Formats: sequence, C-alpha cells, structure tokens
Amino acid sequence: MRRVFAYPVLWVALFGMWLLLSRSVAPGQLLLAALVSTIGCWAAVAVEAPKSKLRKPALVLKLIGRVLLDVFRSNIAVLQLTVGRRAPRSAFVTIPLELRDPNGLAILACIITATPGSAWINYNARTSTVLVHVLDTGDGIAWGEAVKHSYEALLLEIFE
Amino acid sequence: MSVFDGLPVWIAVIVAICLVAGAAITFVGTVGLARFPTFYQRIHAPTLGTSFGAFFVIVGSMVFFTALEARPVIHEVLILVFVLITTPVTLMLLARAALYRDRAEGNDVGADMPAAENRSARSDVGDTDQTGL
Repeated sequence: MRRVFAYPVLWVALFGMWLLLSRSVAPGQLLLAALVSTIGCWAAVAVEAPKSKLRKPALVLKLIGRVLLDVFRSNIAVLQLTVGRRAPRSAFVTIPLELRDPNGLAILACIITATPGSAWINYNARTSTVLVHVLDTGDGIAWGEAVKHSYEALLLEIFE
Repeated sequence: MSVFDGLPVWIAVIVAICLVAGAAITFVGTVGLARFPTFYQRIHAPTLGTSFGAFFVIVGSMVFFTALEARPVIHEVLILVFVLITTPVTLMLLARAALYRDRAEGNDVGADMPAAENRSARSDVGDTDQTGL
C-alpha cells in the first residue's frame, strides 16, 4: 500500500484524468479510475520518478494565473512580430537557477517553452544554469531577472 | 445538418468566433515558421498554435458540445494539458540537436556561456539526462 501512496499527486491526477475521459462518475468508472491510477503509480515507482513535496499547494493557483497572463501577453507580442516588418532582436540568455528540484525544473521548462517567444534550450546540472532563447528582447539580462523573479521564486516557495 | 438545428444562433456565433480565432492564430504561427530567418527564431512561431491557437479551438469545442448535449463537456481541457506538457519535449530535442551541431561547427551560439561549456557540450547532455530534463 505504501507504494500506491508514494505519488499522491500523480494518483489524484490520473484518477481525475480517467473520470474526465470517461465523462461519468458511475461506480464502475470510479473503480476503473482507481485501478488505472494505481497501476500508473506503480509504473512511476518502477522508473523511480523523482519525488517532490508540495509545500504550499495554494500557490499553484497563483502560478497558473501568472502563466496564463504571460502566455496571453507573449501571444500578442509574437503575433505582432510575425505580421509586422520589424526584425526580432533575438538573443540567447543564460539564467543561473537556485531551483534544484527536478519536478520544479520540469515545470519551469514547460512554462518557458509554452510561452511563445521564449524556448528552454539546455539545462546544465553541473553549473545549474539554463540556456534560454528569447525571440525578441532589448535586454537579455533583465529578461532573465524577470523570469527568476516571477517564476523561479514562486516555484522555490512551492517545492523547497 | 439536422444535428445543429437545436443550436441557438448566439452559441453558433461564439463557436465560430473561437474556431476562426484559433485557426487564424495557428496560421500566423505557421507563417512565422516560414518567415523568420534563423532556426532558433523559427522554433518560437509554432508555439502560437500550441498555446492560444489550441486554446481557442478547445474553448469552441467545449461551448459547442456543452450546448448540444445540454450538460457540461470539459474533457477537452485534457488536450490543452497534454499539448502543454509534451511540446517542450520535442522542442528541446530539436533545439539541443541544433545547439550541439552549432557548437560542433564552432558557430557563435550562446556566446555568453563560459568557453569551457563549448568544449564539454557532450557531457552536458549526460548531466541533463540524469535530471530527467
């Protein structure tokens, strides 16, 4: 039983996903959902997926809100760049990170990549730096500082 | 088209606006893919399609089927979640392949990295794999 509850967040996520996909909360589907998420957690145990503690789960909502706002802004910015005549001032930015948690880093990678106009290229575990390509920025260092300030600080609070 | 007869006009208008907006954003993204001059700039344009392009199409779908079946249909949200989680995987694969090749050819890429990084590009890959990224 300890193995089943090794990844509680994953278990709940898989459970919810199954119910959403089957679009019902009939007892049979609940049973199947529990079965599927348990097998999924066993798989995670087998591949030794990195575990993280969510210290402040409430902050996840704040993070989602911030990401949505930024994705919205950068969508408009990239749309203007694509249609307009101005050439983008793109740059590689190296950001030193304090965040070490693998799941936290994965989420940061998803956020930066999902935002149009920035792409997570390469993480160096030895120097704890990440190489990001920014499509259009006047000041790459300030851009990196903004990422650290708005996302990394929040992820550090959530995970560490 | 009898399936759509029960659909109020104002819902049809909302769905149409969402679909056209999603398709237009995705289209601009593909235009950007063709228009931008360098590889690293090109990888940014299609993310329009995976963020707001997909978002509008999915919202259109949710509104349409919620109205048609007269009960909330929200499982399309999963599509957005899966797209958001999986896009970085292929994008990083492509970008790092390009980065590795550029460094091997001695091109000026990520010049703000310390010089030692360029020589150890290969071991970077190993390091990063250990963290699952």
